[in-house]
Amino acid sequence: MTRMHRFRAPLIPSALAALLIAPAALATGPALPGGTLTVAMTVSDVPDWAGMPDQGFEGHRFVGYSLYDGLVSWDLSTSDQEVDIIPGLADAWAIDPENPNRWIFDLREGVSFHDGCAWNADAAVWNYQRLIDEAHSGFNPVDFARARSRTSTIAEVEPIDEMRFALHTKEVESLFPYNLVYVLMVSPCAYEAAGNDRAAYSASPSGTGPYLFGRAVPGERLELVRNEAYWNPDRIPQHERLVLLPMPEATTRAAALLSGQVDFIEAPSPDMIPALEGAGMTVVLNEYPHYWPYRLNVLEGPFADVRVRQAANYAINRDEMVALLNNTATPAFGAHTTNQRNFGDPYRFSHDPDKARALLEDAGCLPCDVTIGISPAGSGQMQPLPMNELMQAHLSAAGFNIKFEVIDWNTMIGVFIRGAVAHPEYHAINFSSASMEPLQFVKSFMKKFQTPGGSNWGGYYHPEAEKLLAAALESFDADEQDSLIRQAHELVVEDAAQIFVVSDLNPRAMAPNVKGFIQAQSWFQDITPITVD
Amino acid sequence: MWIYAAKRVLYAIPIALGVSVICFSLVYLAPGDPIQSLIPPDASAEDIAAIRRLYGFDKPVVFQYFDWLARAVTGDLGISLQSNRPVLDEVTRAFGNTLAIAVAAVILAFVLATFLGTLAAFNLGRPVDKIATSISTLGVSIPNYWMGIVLVILFSVQWRLLPATGMGGQGSDGFNWFEWEQVRYAILPMVTMAMIPLGVVTRSTRSAVADTLSQDYVQLLRAKGLGEGRVVWHALRNALPQMLAVMGLQLGYLIGGSILIETVFNWPGTGLVMSRAILTRDIPLLQGTILILALSFVAINLIVDLLQTLVDPRIKRS
Repeated sequence: MTRMHRFRAPLIPSALAALLIAPAALATGPALPGGTLTVAMTVSDVPDWAGMPDQGFEGHRFVGYSLYDGLVSWDLSTSDQEVDIIPGLADAWAIDPENPNRWIFDLREGVSFHDGCAWNADAAVWNYQRLIDEAHSGFNPVDFARARSRTSTIAEVEPIDEMRFALHTKEVESLFPYNLVYVLMVSPCAYEAAGNDRAAYSASPSGTGPYLFGRAVPGERLELVRNEAYWNPDRIPQHERLVLLPMPEATTRAAALLSGQVDFIEAPSPDMIPALEGAGMTVVLNEYPHYWPYRLNVLEGPFADVRVRQAANYAINRDEMVALLNNTATPAFGAHTTNQRNFGDPYRFSHDPDKARALLEDAGCLPCDVTIGISPAGSGQMQPLPMNELMQAHLSAAGFNIKFEVIDWNTMIGVFIRGAVAHPEYHAINFSSASMEPLQFVKSFMKKFQTPGGSNWGGYYHPEAEKLLAAALESFDADEQDSLIRQAHELVVEDAAQIFVVSDLNPRAMAPNVKGFIQAQSWFQDITPITVD
Repeated sequence: MWIYAAKRVLYAIPIALGVSVICFSLVYLAPGDPIQSLIPPDASAEDIAAIRRLYGFDKPVVFQYFDWLARAVTGDLGISLQSNRPVLDEVTRAFGNTLAIAVAAVILAFVLATFLGTLAAFNLGRPVDKIATSISTLGVSIPNYWMGIVLVILFSVQWRLLPATGMGGQGSDGFNWFEWEQVRYAILPMVTMAMIPLGVVTRSTRSAVADTLSQDYVQLLRAKGLGEGRVVWHALRNALPQMLAVMGLQLGYLIGGSILIETVFNWPGTGLVMSRAILTRDIPLLQGTILILALSFVAINLIVDLLQTLVDPRIKRS
């Protein structure tokens, strides 16, 4: 049961609309600080600003969540707590007590898009419908593809009243709201005014986010302007302008910071950090839901034997790996970081090469020939070449005979998407993971989500964990969900489902005049509190 | 000469077609898949098939090629899979940015190399020759990305004289060769880019001028009492066709974009675009970039050939 509404296109551009709306905020609040925050990102192009961003999570971090909001948001306000979802453009949501496939959303009142278009159920329905229906006037393959892993379970979009609508899922999925934090709402008015042409819309994009579109030089820079009328007064940017520069080379980013061209850089290389600190720059680190593993093919080959998997986990000297990374990582003892609520109390593999060798001997795999696919670079892959060299040294010392197949990142993504069944030539692949939300963990370890169609690359299956995770997907009690996932995590760690190595601490560096940044334990960050003196 | 030029332009058509076939085939032979950069890693098989269909990657490769070719001859090089911007816009913008520093680097290298090479040729075996030869060897031998990093450390980080990265405070849109605030962004990449042509052309100039100086007619010029300045002019004029040929090749290489130099300086040229297209298997962008570069290479060679005819009437073109 869906219906479509047309929206009146506004007669004023977004920046003018914001100026008209802003006086109310300006009249009541103190004067906002000025300044321009210039950020050097690691991406090689400006993330797409015309809807669902590209360039992975960095695209969402700097562009997506700056211009747009989702029904659900991340709480990025603290650095000492695990980040979870909070209401965004939806005030509240609940499962229909009579239909476990029907999620009802109460939308936030009084919110407008940057162009003045009203945020209401019509706008929400329009946004979701265009992502799942090829016949919709706002449909385009770009947003469809980018949103697909978050929208593929949506069966139907149902308007209820002016400020409520419902999303129907194809099957019961209690963790469904975690998908919605990635789906960003664009102004239907602006889109229709652009003739439903994505390229035309990109000249004047309009969301509800804390920044307005300023100007863009394709491939080079994106400039955003503070939205003084942002619906969440706690997140009105504390700088007037945000300039985003793609700068994929770490040395270039560091030079740009040291020479005063930028104020804030992402991911300085570990060996540059002492030089940056020596020059008076602030370097911040924090745990976040990331880990750097070897994902194992458990369907066939040596890692089908739990003793071999455990031997590999005993063979790794995680502390030495952390030292290699100049303390910009912490040892990983599971698919969750130790401070995540679903980490639980799993078995912790220590560095014990003798035990590893004994397990290999017991398994009849000594020396144990293993072929591993690695990439020389890639999103979340940290410093893959030196790290894998150290892995090779550790594993060889315990009785493994490691052969690396080096493939470029795009090829590695293909290997991951097709899964171990299609790539039996690899006994394992080095493919980092974002265990940010419970759904990510579920998709990585349930047989049901074996690739393609999930993140369980190696076909991992643990009968008890499978039951626990299936129960979690059907439970609408948050505490119960957590308890079930925690138990499943403990089981898969003990079963050495993967080789868990380290978690990144995500270094960032900023100039001395940059204040107020709170590094949340997340792949995403709130840059709105930053002031630039 | 005009008939010759017209023929060369016509020859460029099969060259461009050949280049397009080769690069299209190579991209498909390489591992990886353009669709992989467009979908999330946990996309289902049905979704992958749907997205492949929406982007037209479900058609046979030959059909995809001829689709592309039919549009390319009308000037439509398609849409970049990654940026969703027209490829022609992406490539022409990047090409212009690379051209800006490549031409400047070639002029800088040409002037310096002519001076050093001539000086060396007139002083063969002397310390001046050894210094010029050493500079030439360094220019060719030092990895230019390393040189770029060193220049950034010295001029940007230590002394803060020049910017480290980018193409101006407003991006390439605001770049202007007549404003110092903009030009300063181009100096380090331009100098870095000039190093290899400087080395190559210095050696070639030295050799060509030295060869000319050993000719009998130069002895005759001197015997007739011509000043050394006139002798230099004669020697250089005779060496010029060879220098132009080398310079044309170097300009072609530079316009191809130096991925490493443009990465170090974050200069938004063809090198950066190509590397992005290769890493993400952005086939339309890669195709368009290679085609434009191949055509420009042909054009540069044509211009050099015509210039050679102008400076040396002995070279006949039919």
